[in-house]
Amino acid sequence: MAISSPALPRDVVVAPPTSRRVGFSLERILSPLLLAPSAVAIFIFVYGFIGYTFYVSLSNWRSAKPDLSLRHPVGAVYGDLFGQSRFQIDLRNTVVFTLFFLVMAVLGGLALAILLDRHIVGSGFFRSVFLFPYALSFITTGVAWSWIFNPETGVNLLINATGVNDVLATYGVGPLKPGWITNPEVAWQLNQPIAAIYPPAAEWSLKLGVPLAMIPVAIAAAWQLSGFAMAMFLAGLGTISQEVREAAALDGASDWRLYKDVIIPLLNPITVSVLIILTHVSLKIFDLVFAMSGKGPGFATDVPGIFVYEMIFRAQRYNYGAAAAIVMLVGVSIVIVPYLARQLKTL
Amino acid sequence: MYDMTKSLSSRASRRGVLKGGAALGAGAMSLGPLGTRLAAAQDAGSLEVFSWWTSPGEAPALQALFDAYLAAHPDTEIINAAVAGGAGVNAQAVLQTRLQGNQPPDSWQTHVGRELIDQYVVPGYCEPITDLYTSEGWLDVMPADLVAQATWESEQYSIPVGVHRGNGFWYNKQLMADNGIEVGDTMTVEEFVAAADTLQAAGIPALALAMKDTFPGSQLFENTLLGTVGPDMYNSLFSGEAAWDEAGPREAAETFVTMLDYVNEDFSALSWDQATATVIEGRAGFNSMGDWAYGEVVAKDAVDNIGWVSHPGTAGSFVLVVDSFTLPVGAPSPENARNWLTILGSKEAQEAFNPLKGSIPARTDVDREIFSAYHQWSLDSFANDALVPSCTHGQASSPAFKQAFYDASVAFVTDKDVDAYLSMLTDAAAMDAETSA
Repeated sequence: MAISSPALPRDVVVAPPTSRRVGFSLERILSPLLLAPSAVAIFIFVYGFIGYTFYVSLSNWRSAKPDLSLRHPVGAVYGDLFGQSRFQIDLRNTVVFTLFFLVMAVLGGLALAILLDRHIVGSGFFRSVFLFPYALSFITTGVAWSWIFNPETGVNLLINATGVNDVLATYGVGPLKPGWITNPEVAWQLNQPIAAIYPPAAEWSLKLGVPLAMIPVAIAAAWQLSGFAMAMFLAGLGTISQEVREAAALDGASDWRLYKDVIIPLLNPITVSVLIILTHVSLKIFDLVFAMSGKGPGFATDVPGIFVYEMIFRAQRYNYGAAAAIVMLVGVSIVIVPYLARQLKTL
Repeated sequence: MYDMTKSLSSRASRRGVLKGGAALGAGAMSLGPLGTRLAAAQDAGSLEVFSWWTSPGEAPALQALFDAYLAAHPDTEIINAAVAGGAGVNAQAVLQTRLQGNQPPDSWQTHVGRELIDQYVVPGYCEPITDLYTSEGWLDVMPADLVAQATWESEQYSIPVGVHRGNGFWYNKQLMADNGIEVGDTMTVEEFVAAADTLQAAGIPALALAMKDTFPGSQLFENTLLGTVGPDMYNSLFSGEAAWDEAGPREAAETFVTMLDYVNEDFSALSWDQATATVIEGRAGFNSMGDWAYGEVVAKDAVDNIGWVSHPGTAGSFVLVVDSFTLPVGAPSPENARNWLTILGSKEAQEAFNPLKGSIPARTDVDREIFSAYHQWSLDSFANDALVPSCTHGQASSPAFKQAFYDASVAFVTDKDVDAYLSMLTDAAAMDAETSA
């Protein structure tokens, strides 16, 4: 592995068996020895604290003073947590945010990559431009986009300036003034359709649907990360040989067919990686939402990360905060673990 | 701007930085320059004071307290461990971590009431200072209802330095005159509704609300509740003696719905100072806010154009939002900490601090003439009215109930569902009773 023999000339005299055994066992000891410090650190500071967090989530710790006695019945904290309307809303919001964000970031990144791959003028320049947002912190993005999507400033001023509302007024239609991140509406509610199949759903207090205020937040996140997706896709496009493209062209494939049936299927492994990486960003999102819209109107943009922060540092319900953090971890694991398993298998 | 993005201007101690970083990894906040102690510790050692006073109105007031201390104890090095963030939300997170790690400062800022008792006294982080109250004669110059807020099991645990009035109702005089609205010395809910209808007809939101930092919503409800049920029932509700599904709170929630009909549409994107600014600039009629709003009025040079009354129905009550300082268990310099608290309770320090901070002294024997017209009005209210603690600012309830109170209000200002609101508060009160049992 680390000490590679192929670098040696082939005609080097093979060392006597004894010293060979010494070298062999040294090598066997050396690599675990070198890895041990970081392994120990990771074991304590990652897995140890995951275990501690899980234990806190089962405890009675709900004041400033740590109280690590187990709460009975065990797991009662999780029952209370999932019964809280705010946490239910947070889970819905995470799903909605993830879907919108993934679709926009992946399609946006793919479109940018394909455009740049066609060697348009200044593609090197644009490649940097599109990648720059990825270098910003989420707080910066959140603050800037909160100005853009504040109904009193930003895009709505643009709508007024372009005269759209004047045109609407001449037809007697009220001005177009979207609430963006202040819109409390939950659109496309599924409660009624579900209730038709499963009657108790009519009683749910949670509105299953798309909180409209979440869409601007997903746009901001996609703006920041589509550059990353673009870079991944560009790398993938670079590996597709010219012969494949020429073969498709000789067979009379149009550009559309070339991308739809040849190139995009060949990019599948990249797409999977992008999806996995972006999904775990999305499930853990905190700072962007916190800076951009906060909890939003009626928790329309609240996410589990904000919930964890407020439960621990404001309500001092450490056990609730820990339980919500464990739920987030499980969510991320469901996405990441199969992916890692597959990656390790192909090594 | 959002409080998280304010940078920390003051010097934090090295261990404060470490603890703060540990508390909020994830880049949630930026702590200031690493606290290398520029001045070597001097003869009398150091005094580390932890607060969340960093804004342009707060920092000079804190400095006035430091100056008062240094005048009496010139050889002490003062370490200002302030952490930025509105209403102390970030500071409290940092402080909790420091206390759990047995790294207390020499004194920290806290509201009195349940915030002091539940978060710091009961867990055993504070030393009593009853002897200072006796030797300095504070019991004679501070209202008993206020001292009671700093008392647990017959011992006092913190010294109040400044008192804010939480139930202010601020309005733009010019805007009222332009719309033919007359505001008297007090205001009822009916008078507010009449004025609000007039403003609404003129296309102006009558009530400026800000929900980005959440507390203005629960403060609006708290004030409305007080105006509806009066101070006795208000206290009973927060102490758990009365239930949230009774007629009084229900009527208050319904009045709250009425008031919410007149709020600005973009409330979820505004912070409290932005909402106050809309009133100062004449873009909204009224703002229900504690008297730190007066600091915004002064900063925008609008003192002549802004009037105030008590929140509708709350004349005769004073919602206490009281800043105080503690004596920690295991303070690094306990002698300096006790000297600091002694100075804070003095007439001179309170008279120096409060005009800058925009609050009034906890002592009632101060010189009225150094205060603005508003604060003289507040001094009269403080001396004569019923003093009730604020839940929104942590004094009336446990932190867990306060958070539930915030969360219920966030949902309520959008869905206006009275039954759901009262049942959330009832559940939170039940959970609170179970925790303290």
